[in-house]
Amino acid sequence: MGKRSVIPFGPQHPVLPEPIHLDLVIEDERVIEAIPSVGFVHRGLESLVDKRDFNQMTYVAERTCGICSFQHGMGYCEAVEHIFDVDIPIRAKFLRTIWAELGRMHSHLLWLGLLADAFGYENLFYQAWRIREKVLDMIEMTTGARLIFSVNKVGGVIKDITADQLRIIDGTVTEVEAELRDLEQVFLEDSTVKSRLVGIGILTKEQAHDLGCCGPVARASGISCDMRRLGYAAYSMLDLEPVVATEGDCFARCKCRLYEVYQSVDLIRQAITKMPKEQELAVPVKGNPNGEYFMRLEQPRGEAYYYVKGSGKPFIDRLRIRTPTFANLPGLCEMLKNTELSDVGLLVVTIDPCISCTER
Amino acid sequence: MANIKRSPWLLHYDGSSCNGCDIEVLAALTPVYDAERFGVMNTGDPMQADIFLITGGINAQNQATVKQLYDQMPRPKVVVAVGVCACTGGIFKDCYNILGGADTTIPVDIYVPGCAARPQAIIDGVVQAVELFQQRSDEHDALVKQNKEGREK
Repeated sequence: MGKRSVIPFGPQHPVLPEPIHLDLVIEDERVIEAIPSVGFVHRGLESLVDKRDFNQMTYVAERTCGICSFQHGMGYCEAVEHIFDVDIPIRAKFLRTIWAELGRMHSHLLWLGLLADAFGYENLFYQAWRIREKVLDMIEMTTGARLIFSVNKVGGVIKDITADQLRIIDGTVTEVEAELRDLEQVFLEDSTVKSRLVGIGILTKEQAHDLGCCGPVARASGISCDMRRLGYAAYSMLDLEPVVATEGDCFARCKCRLYEVYQSVDLIRQAITKMPKEQELAVPVKGNPNGEYFMRLEQPRGEAYYYVKGSGKPFIDRLRIRTPTFANLPGLCEMLKNTELSDVGLLVVTIDPCISCTER
Repeated sequence: MANIKRSPWLLHYDGSSCNGCDIEVLAALTPVYDAERFGVMNTGDPMQADIFLITGGINAQNQATVKQLYDQMPRPKVVVAVGVCACTGGIFKDCYNILGGADTTIPVDIYVPGCAARPQAIIDGVVQAVELFQQRSDEHDALVKQNKEGREK
């Protein structure tokens, strides 16, 4: 029995791109308990509903997070569209799906890079980010921006993707898939990587369920949950099977996210072939939102909720967002128990924390 | 760039940004944009950093952290505010928890605009910071020399 001591981890730490603070109670080198404290990135974004009208809020909602920005905007817009009870054009639904999947691809490639950096493979980190730049180039080509691309609006989308651009997207996702197949050898076969990931931070199916985990963290523990099967945007018209692993360790979480990139490539291809040609991009929305709606969608990190309530005024009454990292934090605290101190950085990365979403 | 003799190290801290600028800062350091060709290197240790890249606005919780990181950096140092939130507070300026841009807490030398700031803009800001750092180091050296001569007299 060693002496217990508390080691602070964060808010500024080399492995973290974002500030989160953990108080690690350790005994010798073993973590007994992890106590998170948050609030370093809190801005009070939801309170802006008093100052921005419901159309302007689309752009505020997008800036909840710079990585899954499109999906935040989409969740907000779909919630308001349901309050108005309007049906957006099918082509707009498919365009949203394509951008959402491109966003998922770049988010997962970014995460694979950060994971490689966390287990000390700097070269692999750079390779993953090199591939990611190709995805960002496609986003820039179609929308004009790299991360926060503001193409959503209440009632549809602002920009169209031309037939030429669709052909380029189709070609590039194939390229990305082929290049990631090469990297997959290292992520899933390399013995050094395996020794860092296999059997570390196991979260059982029961624990994941009881703690309410979502997204790839839950799927890596064997829970087959994917909100895309609810059929928002154009997902009801696409074939989709959740990527599930059963081990629940770091390796399983890595495998899940890697295979989800291939899944996104497949979904983009399906969307390109099934998309209707020439059509309106948006329907006009008249009046102000009156009513409330609860929207659920699957972000790269898991399930997010958007609650919107309006009472017939241009300024909505309430916007509430529940983000996937918030649901996964109890899972992280459970994973950290009884691990080595040196694995803490790696474990924090494997839930793919997005603190700016969580604290808004 | 001709007079650059030093290789300053970068420290990056996410104030209360939405992540967009942080990811672009990292993208600017990876080989596609490769800010390292200007001699800078990313470090996680404020004690060894010369240039402080800060993204996002300042809020009540992170103000002390930002101040502490700035104080821990050795002199001379240069601060670059990356993105419109770090410059002025940006879209979140009216939020109840945002005090304003990074210059509400620490002196900022270079402002990089954009939401999110593009890697090209960040590299431009970093290059200006490298030049400013060189100038400040020269001034610092001259001051040290002057003091030394003063003591010898």
